[in-house]
Amino acid sequence: MSSDHIQPRRKRSRDWTPALLLSPAFLVLIFVVLVPLLFSLYTSFTNYRLIRPETLYDWIGIRNYQRIFSDKHFWSAFGRTIVFLTIALNLEFILGLGIALLINRITWGQRTLRTIMMFPMMFSPILVGYQFKFIFNDNIGILNNALQDLGLSDGAIAWLVDKPLGMFTIIFAEVWMSTSVFAILLLAGLFAMPRDPLEAAKVDGCNPWQVFRHITLPFLMPFAFIAMTIRSLDVARAYDIVDVMTGGGPAGRTELLWTMIARVGYDNSRMGQANAMAYVSIMLSIAFTYYFFTKLIAARKYMGGAE
Amino acid sequence: MAMITKKKIGTVATWIMTFLLMIVICLPGLWVVLTGFRPNREILAKPAIWIPENLSLDNFAKIFGFGAEQIAIPVPAYFTNSLVIALTSTFIALLIGMSGGYAFARYRFKHKNGYFLGLMLSRTVPGIALSLPIFMVWSKLGLIDTKLGMIIIYVALNIPFTIWLIDGFFRQIPKEMSEAAQVDGCTRWQAFWQIEFPLAKSGVASAGIFAFLTSWNEYALASQLTRSTDSKTLPVGLMDFTAQFTIDWAGMSAMAVIIIVPALILTFLVQKHLIAGLTFGGVKG
Repeated sequence: MSSDHIQPRRKRSRDWTPALLLSPAFLVLIFVVLVPLLFSLYTSFTNYRLIRPETLYDWIGIRNYQRIFSDKHFWSAFGRTIVFLTIALNLEFILGLGIALLINRITWGQRTLRTIMMFPMMFSPILVGYQFKFIFNDNIGILNNALQDLGLSDGAIAWLVDKPLGMFTIIFAEVWMSTSVFAILLLAGLFAMPRDPLEAAKVDGCNPWQVFRHITLPFLMPFAFIAMTIRSLDVARAYDIVDVMTGGGPAGRTELLWTMIARVGYDNSRMGQANAMAYVSIMLSIAFTYYFFTKLIAARKYMGGAE
Repeated sequence: MAMITKKKIGTVATWIMTFLLMIVICLPGLWVVLTGFRPNREILAKPAIWIPENLSLDNFAKIFGFGAEQIAIPVPAYFTNSLVIALTSTFIALLIGMSGGYAFARYRFKHKNGYFLGLMLSRTVPGIALSLPIFMVWSKLGLIDTKLGMIIIYVALNIPFTIWLIDGFFRQIPKEMSEAAQVDGCTRWQAFWQIEFPLAKSGVASAGIFAFLTSWNEYALASQLTRSTDSKTLPVGLMDFTAQFTIDWAGMSAMAVIIIVPALILTFLVQKHLIAGLTFGGVKG
């Protein structure tokens, strides 16, 4: 079933319409994404510094990459980013699934709950960061105030400064912001679920856990993969949160790959080296997206939705 | 008998869990909104003042430059910049997205999945990583610290997701409808505007709202590529309230309210279509 079907006149030559329709999109993306990225690939092999423009032609081969790969601060930021993403995405999936199952049980006021659930999705990451910087503030934050007034803690807990707590607050903010993506899509999956297999399984004597494990969950997985794909498109949003809350500090305790790029590139104006790091972060994002997108395609085929 | 009590306990437990969940979702935002109406001395008070004593619009008057007390942060200019940049980039992204989404929904061509993946991958590039080369290219082209420079970037950021959503909405409209119109003598162009576009209108609108919010909320790129009142947007301006060691919590919260409110209103308008678009676009390839 192609367009040729409708317009027999065009059948003779190849139909250029889709190419024409897609060209504006690809032209803009080539200009704003592809060309700058090729340029940054070039600069990652130079000693380019912002304050000295002539260094743009100072070709140093793979020395930038050698330097960052032998830098232990880079590797700890890289490792921290991976750990951060793994914990955040898994928590978001599990919590989102729990929330979807919970809301699915409620019949009265469900629409309102669903709308409220979407709010964090619409918050600017910079606002989420600010909001939790305020709440977790050691001196005037609502959390420490509550703990102190209830007599649960004597001193001020340094949520954003302490070593494990700093990472915890950032993951908390990230999970708060993004769990709703999972909850919303998994809830949509639950709504779309056919009733018959569930009834049949109950008749056959499956317990609720078995029904969930073998019928509900496999049906929901494509929806989870959509959520994962949407999330992985934008994982670097966490940069905004970290930049507001801690700026990667203190002493690099909450430094992620993305805050490190900003610091090296703009604050230290070592553009060449920052671009080398940026390429590592791009590869990381692409790996995440590619992985979930192929999972999504596979799950789609399984559901028989593909053409 | 036992069955009934068990069921009742289940219902009560569900409601308690839901209540706790709503508190976790709503409380942080509400606390910031409330803070926007409180004076700094009440926010900083020790021991904490839990029940607000002075609620007023002073903070808002202050950041918008009315009233006795004024601050040196040009919030009205940031607001205008945000609005102009977000609206223009959304409009352009929708036009491009509609044409691209239609191509994906209605035509068969080679490497379709490949092109789609390519579009999505362009969106995965982290904002901060993309900002480095754009900074260099834009400074050559004189686009640093201009609204035009930001609009072009946001159009590019919004295209992939707009195409995903609009593709999903067009696919829900049966092909036979436009085919019938074409049998009756419409051109494909006429059939699109008279049959398919009216049916997909609400979907296109929600794609537009989503694009608007992306531009309205973006920070990583804007924070590096804007400098002055010529192009600085609200999220970047929010950071003006933080000095080296002090933060103007009251002013910052008031500004946060200004950023949140349009987002919340738009969420109400968009939610139903957005879910439909995401699931159709994703599940039915």
